[in-house]
Amino acid sequence: MSKVINLTEKTFEPEVLKSNLPVLVDFWAPWCAPCRMMAPVLDELSEELDGKIKIAKLDVENPAHGELAMQYNIQSIPNMKLFKGGKVAKDFIGFRPKEIFADELKAEL
Amino acid sequence: MDEKIYDLIIIGAGPAGLSASIYASRFGIKHLVVGSLMGGLISETHLIDNYPGVEDASGFDFSQKLVHHVKKYGAEIMPVMVRKINKKADRFELALDGGKKMEAKSILLATGTKRRKLGAKGEEEFSGKGVSYCATCDGFFYKDKTAAVVGGSDSAAGAALYLAEIAQKVYLIYRKDKLRAESHWINLIEKNEKIEVIFNTNVTEISGEGKVEKVRLDTPYKNQNELKLDGVFIEVGSDPTVDFAKDLGLAIDEGGFIKINKDASTSLAGVWAAGDITDGSDKFRQVITAASEGAIAARSISNYLKK
Repeated sequence: MSKVINLTEKTFEPEVLKSNLPVLVDFWAPWCAPCRMMAPVLDELSEELDGKIKIAKLDVENPAHGELAMQYNIQSIPNMKLFKGGKVAKDFIGFRPKEIFADELKAEL
Repeated sequence: MDEKIYDLIIIGAGPAGLSASIYASRFGIKHLVVGSLMGGLISETHLIDNYPGVEDASGFDFSQKLVHHVKKYGAEIMPVMVRKINKKADRFELALDGGKKMEAKSILLATGTKRRKLGAKGEEEFSGKGVSYCATCDGFFYKDKTAAVVGGSDSAAGAALYLAEIAQKVYLIYRKDKLRAESHWINLIEKNEKIEVIFNTNVTEISGEGKVEKVRLDTPYKNQNELKLDGVFIEVGSDPTVDFAKDLGLAIDEGGFIKINKDASTSLAGVWAAGDITDGSDKFRQVITAASEGAIAARSISNYLKK
């Protein structure tokens, strides 16, 4: 079962900024083909890396999320940001296959 | 190691690979399709309206239909990347991402092309901060803003028209004096009041404070070498993915495209190639030619496996 958390403008702060674990946030939108390709990859990684990292996503098409998308300068999606201690530690932009992304993430943990 | 040996492994899940799979299933070939992007690059295209019977489909919907069609016939599809192909005596060994290995009696290479970078100063630095390679993904962020598309192909024209639906102003910047897109696209661009085409011009630098704010042109436009804008979409063509052709020592042309015969076979027995990666179909790289080469390859492979 996927452990990916669907974020909203209300849960962003407690789930991401105040998290004790590192959090990977995928800024995505339903119309974006590579974002939709990324979804199963994130689902699998959320299980494999459970306990080491939280994986969450924020749909930037939702107008209520526009402010967060602007705050983090989202101009290309899928845009995955790794948050540590409430700050962006690393950006991953564009689709990446699972094994490659798993290695990239593990290198940051 | 997985003991299973496939009759065929198709590498690449775009229109060529998926069409080949449909035919391969119908010919009764036990096969596997592996690809990193299900549906291929066409999945990022905003509109497909030149494939017979498809008058108006988004690239994503079209590619999903292809995947669905393939699955309907029971083919195995694996969303994974192939790292390396080794030729053994009578078969091929594929090393997959994550260490898994697969074996097949025959291989179809349908890995297509990779988007070319522009090579302008600042392109890398501003990637994701105003530099984009996918208009359908990122156009949304340019509502009522100014964007430029660099290129003169069908893809560039399609991107400009798509962006014009969202942005306030779209520049189409091309290095030559005439777009190479289909007349159909050119007519639509000429009629579109939001699009301004700048010919005979290269973008040499992309710059800004934290995000893209302007580009530098090598030829003055309205007496200015600088153009203020919010985003740059790069559509300057694509290059073939050459790694596997090199692994296997296949004959390629001067552009790196795999040379194929009439039946889509390559210079190495047991290896076929189809779609944008080949020099086939008079180098007319379209969904319809990719699908055609895939079908031709599947039949030839079927004949080969029966021998």
